[in-house]
Amino acid sequence: MLMNGAQALVKSLKSEGVDILFGYPGGAALTLYDALYDSGIRHILTRHEQGAAHAADGFARATGKVGVCISTSGPGATNLVTGIATAYMDSVPVVFITSQVATGLIGKDSFQEADITGITTPITKHNVLVKKPQDLLKCVKEAFYIARTGRPGPVLVDIPKDIFAAKMDFTYPETVKLKGYKPIFAGEKCKVSLVADALAQAKKPVFFIGGGINIAGVSEEFSRLIEKTGIPVTTSLMGMGGFPSDHRLNLGMLGMHGTYAANQAVTQCDLLIGVGVRFDDRVTGLVSRFAPNATVVHFDIDPAEINKNIKTDIRVVGDLNWSLSQLNSIITNPDISDWQCAVMKWKQERPLTFDEDTREIKPQSVIQEIDQLTDGNAIMVTDTGQHQMWTAQYYTFKKPRTLITSGGLGTMGFGLPAAIGAQLGCPDQLVWAISGDGSIMMNCQEIATAAEHNLPIKTAILNNKGLGMVRQWQRMFYQKRYSGSKHERGTDFAKLAEALGAKGITVKSAQELRPALEEAIKTPGPVFLDIWVSEDEDVLPMVPAGAALDEMIGG
Amino acid sequence: MRHTLSVMVENRAGVLARVAGMFSRRGYNIESLAVGTTENPKISRMTIVVEGDNHVIEQVTKQLHKLIEVIKISDITDEEYVGRELVLIKVNADTAQRSEIMQIVDIFRARIVDIGYKSLIIEATGDQSKITAIETSLKPFGIREVVRTGKIAMVRGPKTKLE
Repeated sequence: MLMNGAQALVKSLKSEGVDILFGYPGGAALTLYDALYDSGIRHILTRHEQGAAHAADGFARATGKVGVCISTSGPGATNLVTGIATAYMDSVPVVFITSQVATGLIGKDSFQEADITGITTPITKHNVLVKKPQDLLKCVKEAFYIARTGRPGPVLVDIPKDIFAAKMDFTYPETVKLKGYKPIFAGEKCKVSLVADALAQAKKPVFFIGGGINIAGVSEEFSRLIEKTGIPVTTSLMGMGGFPSDHRLNLGMLGMHGTYAANQAVTQCDLLIGVGVRFDDRVTGLVSRFAPNATVVHFDIDPAEINKNIKTDIRVVGDLNWSLSQLNSIITNPDISDWQCAVMKWKQERPLTFDEDTREIKPQSVIQEIDQLTDGNAIMVTDTGQHQMWTAQYYTFKKPRTLITSGGLGTMGFGLPAAIGAQLGCPDQLVWAISGDGSIMMNCQEIATAAEHNLPIKTAILNNKGLGMVRQWQRMFYQKRYSGSKHERGTDFAKLAEALGAKGITVKSAQELRPALEEAIKTPGPVFLDIWVSEDEDVLPMVPAGAALDEMIGG
Repeated sequence: MRHTLSVMVENRAGVLARVAGMFSRRGYNIESLAVGTTENPKISRMTIVVEGDNHVIEQVTKQLHKLIEVIKISDITDEEYVGRELVLIKVNADTAQRSEIMQIVDIFRARIVDIGYKSLIIEATGDQSKITAIETSLKPFGIREVVRTGKIAMVRGPKTKLE
């Protein structure tokens, strides 16, 4: 059957199982939007393209499916850039479909023309400009395949306007043939045996798990491994939820705002087993003093991560589904009871703490209250800053894909739109967005999107009347010279929410907190809580940038 | 240490930008890069000379592999291979100097490809040291311009890199 390119594209999206996408129309995208009109695919119109990008990302993170985001050419496409980079840094499978000016106008600085494939080359797993109508469906098929296989990531397909209009037959390719892309599943068995040998000899082993555990969906297999061996576990920010936070062997987060126990354990261990991690600088601190006495094992699907930041002694490249089950089948119980005692002692003696206060609301206590009210079963979506770290520190994550946060890029403005995507992907789950008075403003227009679709997202804005994390660094390292980090005139977020069609609640004192949170949960539809927290609270403990993990401030 | 990478890529627009961009983005230096199609018109070969220790080369190779259009990478530094560069040198030459220059050209088995009123263009091929040597020898006459290609390389023996 003859149809136009846009109709064929929509059909191929259906073949890929897409039933919802996020986007914003415009001149070059009109033919595509016309094809979507009666396609049966649900289109969520955000209020800004950046919101659409983060929403598709949040959808993908919460569900494990490929998110889809569409936009028009030029500014529509460039507005996606932060969202694409965010997804890229955290290995999130999103297919971005951007419209482009017609083929004959490309390269002529035409109206709303931007070289979006050029712009996004360093921040996509792959991208392509479709130049001929006959390439369209092949490019779409490849985009989905590349986005979700191997180490997932965003793929951008840029489609000129005339290709949307070109007449074509719909023959969606069944297979993908890419000479230069062969995602690996199984690696070398002998490397897994080396790990088992190293474990048998280790006296002080630690597992360090990251986002790869959540992406690969191997938390059950991993839990079996830990139950069997009793080896303590620490996680990166992205690894949260991959192993239950309340498990006795979970030491909590590692790194800059990690726990005393985790940072000590990694500094003193003799065997560090990284699983699905990339040894980011926020985790390692001073590289030369990171796990100085340890044999380092690295499990990852991406060979380029091995030896990138930390020198690895044993590398196991492959899908974690393969490697962890291999390891589980051959591992023996190490004798590490002394080490377990030492680690547990650190964990018990030096837990995360903060000064309770009856007058002011402590931001950490907000997270604790939400944790109690939701029994650790909500999907927690954060923005970036202090509130993000407190969420990681004080929420009890029990299941994979329940912390949705911009770990790698640290994008302010990610939270609310990502929560919209997560809620649409998981309509039966309670979604909380945790934000700050800085971050929320960076995509607050999406309150209107949440209201329009009556999404029951509960947003807690930890309002400290300024940019908390910036101020913390200025307080600690810049002699309290608070340059450009204070909101001199506060915003009434409850009114803002009401204006955009959501419920707003202002919480000014500690006694009001619990009832307000309960009211928010009871209220159907989106609720925005403007919670006035103490202004000069620090995220502790803290390893200053460039210091070693055992040089912690506080905690 | 200087490494020579022989990289096979899909012969498509934008691939060169992708490869070059990866180098600059991650802080690696390309010393030279030569691209051309292979016997298979869908595939191009890039010969990339890059300076770095083993750690850098390991990362360069792996990051190159991540590019979807990169098909195969061989570090041929330690293999037996023929490596060649081509140089065009425009050198000052009045009639009195011409014979001396022609002797140098002979010694290096180079060729004179253009004669002007006061200058000659010399074409030479060879490995890097030969090219440097001929340049040094011609320097006293006054070199007006040098145009040099990057290195291209082929492994000796019957094996091919496409196999």
